[in-house]
Amino acid sequence: MVQYTRAGFDASFAALSDATRRGVLEQLGRADASITDLAEKFHMTLTGMKKHVGVLEQAGLVTTRKVGRVRTCKLGLRRLEQEAAWIERYRQLWDARFDELDKVVEELKRKENVDGRKKRE
Amino acid sequence: MDARRESEPTPMKNRTTVERKSERELVVTRTFDGPARIVFEAWTKPELLKRWWAPKSTGVTLLSCEADVRVGGRYRFEFGHEASSKPMAFFGRYIEVTPHSRLVWTNEESDDGAVTTVTFEEKRGKTLLVMHELYPSKEALDANAGMESGMPETFAQLDELLVTLGFS
Repeated sequence: MVQYTRAGFDASFAALSDATRRGVLEQLGRADASITDLAEKFHMTLTGMKKHVGVLEQAGLVTTRKVGRVRTCKLGLRRLEQEAAWIERYRQLWDARFDELDKVVEELKRKENVDGRKKRE
Repeated sequence: MDARRESEPTPMKNRTTVERKSERELVVTRTFDGPARIVFEAWTKPELLKRWWAPKSTGVTLLSCEADVRVGGRYRFEFGHEASSKPMAFFGRYIEVTPHSRLVWTNEESDDGAVTTVTFEEKRGKTLLVMHELYPSKEALDANAGMESGMPETFAQLDELLVTLGFS
């Protein structure tokens, strides 16, 4: 199970705060690319691009896979979606329980009012 | 957080929020339109607990619900689902019981169980409920908190599979 933390969000926003990295995401949205391809496209050294991809990878926005000597990058947005989906499922479970609890509370309140009236009469 | 507490007196459904406070903590909040005394009662009387703990939408049924709500007292909930022959049990012990304001219990199915603290805070006839779960590790939270909510979904997936395979 992946983690869903404020730290995770911070990492995502930090990763998105850089124009080159946003460009890389946009590029990967069109097609997967190797680090070499990306370095060329953004007129950067291989080392520089590796750093950017590393930040995106850390934030879960990009995943990379090495086949032979080529490291291919692709969008990794699913991780964020999975995190949100997991928390939302948990929220729905408790929301459903609490909707039922609402009914119990209403009933107890009504009962208390009726009993209270009886006592006063 | 504070803005959330100032809920307007509208007949709208109250919101349930979930926040992962840290790697080991989950916090669930909800406001109820009733005094803390009543909400607390619904959490501490087994015959009331069983009416809301396993709503239909989750696909599980509560087979039994025992709760001896006093310090050191034990609880045990057993759940079943039509797609599974084995019931699941949740059990543990109450370690703090302060009438109308605070309940703390442990979960003892495994070493990964959380310590759950529920507080009831009354304000103008309404009760803000805060449920705080503290797990022994990040891994324990990831594995366990998802389990209960993931369980019905797993069953739903199994149901779907059975339909696909022509079993129902």
